[in-house]
Amino acid sequence: MNNLPINPLSCATEGAGGPTGTWRSHRPVIDPAKCTGCLLCWIWCPEGVIAKEDRSINYDYCKGCGLCAKECPAHAITMIKEADHE
Amino acid sequence: MSDTIKNVKLADMPAYELVKAGTGGCAGCPSPMGLRIVGKALGPNSIMVMTPSCAVASIGVMPKSCYDVPVLNVCFASAGASAAGISMSLDAQLKNGALSGEKPTVFTWVGDGGTYDIGFQGISAAAERNDDFIHFCYNNEAYSNTGVQRSGATPKYAVTTTTPAGKESQKKNVPLLMLEQRIAYVATASLAYPLDFYRKVQKAKSIQGFKYIELHAPCGPGWKFASSDTVELARLAVKSGAWLLWEGEHGKLTLNAPTKQLAEGKMPCAELEEYLKLQGRFAHIMKSTEKAAAIEAMKSEIRREMDFMLGREKL
Ligand SMILES: Cc1ncc(C[n+]2csc(CCOP(=O)(O)OP(=O)(O)O)c2C)c(N)n1
Ligand code: SF4
Ligand code: SF4
Ligand SMILES: [Mg+2]
Repeated sequence: MNNLPINPLSCATEGAGGPTGTWRSHRPVIDPAKCTGCLLCWIWCPEGVIAKEDRSINYDYCKGCGLCAKECPAHAITMIKEADHE
Repeated sequence: MSDTIKNVKLADMPAYELVKAGTGGCAGCPSPMGLRIVGKALGPNSIMVMTPSCAVASIGVMPKSCYDVPVLNVCFASAGASAAGISMSLDAQLKNGALSGEKPTVFTWVGDGGTYDIGFQGISAAAERNDDFIHFCYNNEAYSNTGVQRSGATPKYAVTTTTPAGKESQKKNVPLLMLEQRIAYVATASLAYPLDFYRKVQKAKSIQGFKYIELHAPCGPGWKFASSDTVELARLAVKSGAWLLWEGEHGKLTLNAPTKQLAEGKMPCAELEEYLKLQGRFAHIMKSTEKAAAIEAMKSEIRREMDFMLGREKL
């Protein structure tokens, strides 16, 4: 009983749905030389894991949906099989 | 590609994230995609009311939540009543001095099941009372969270687990009911047009009274398409005329681009088949001998709705 949380409310926290980066079979890789900074990937990423400033990707939570690669007008994003990465 | 957005000013949108990364939603889910834009338009001084749905199931596991504002998950039928109560309580507290400063924006984030069917009476009553909040319906055209049953928003012909041979009846048109209720503000929106959606949410925030915004929300597992195609489906829905973009203030209707140009014939509609063939829920139509007739019937429904809205715009 004493271990129950005092406050029954949840707090906004990254990873509330777990380490969703492990869901990924393919990872998006951005070529900064091709990126024009249009910000379309930033606004459309469902998880919001693409940084507005430099389009760096938080792979801890990127689910690998492939939407950013599909929508990038400059074709700057490629989906690479996880095993083949590195 | 992204020809739907010209002269993008996405850079002006705030970096604020209402949705924290690592939600429980499926890869490519339209709900957090839409909520991120809502958060940018409304800001953190907001209170969200939800009913059972994928958006609720995506919250994560206690004591964590993926949503950055206070959230109330209420029973299915009561989004309208709950949001109205919260808004009235805030008004009372601002009046008696218990609260000061800017009133938080009260909004709901409810699915089509919670809007068109189970929660309809509460939302309709709030509209009639002109209660001060924004009702968002993210319309993924089915009860997705419980395994994709048909809802009142499921289009005719679509396969769901409760319409295995394809739905036989036409979908309801709840945004049109809201327009005719002549509420303070009503709009339809699309994930393929984020600036249009953002503008509409900002506008709703600036208006006192009852506001209704419905976001077309293609759902990969429900409609059977790849997780990368959510925005492409949203775009093809608008370009083919399957989803119309418009807004209304106190009953005064304005058709938005590109729906206006498509309806007026100044721009050709995308082939409806391009939209349908990406979705497994219409695969039976695509393989059937009745394919041509079914597509013709769907196109004539679209033409009828466009003609109706063009006429309605003159009122
Ligand atoms: C009164 C009631 N009936 C049924 C359910 C089961 N249920 C939970 S989520 C859900 C689907 C909701 O559909 P919708 O509002 O369209 O949201 P979506 O899951 O599609 O995001 C249902 C039927 C419930 N929680 N309460
Ligand atoms: S693959 Fe999907 S989740 Fe990952 S960065 Fe791209 S859009 Fe976001
Ligand atoms: S079933 Fe559809 S709406 Fe539900 S979490 Fe998955 S993609 Fe989102
Ligand atoms: Mg739904």
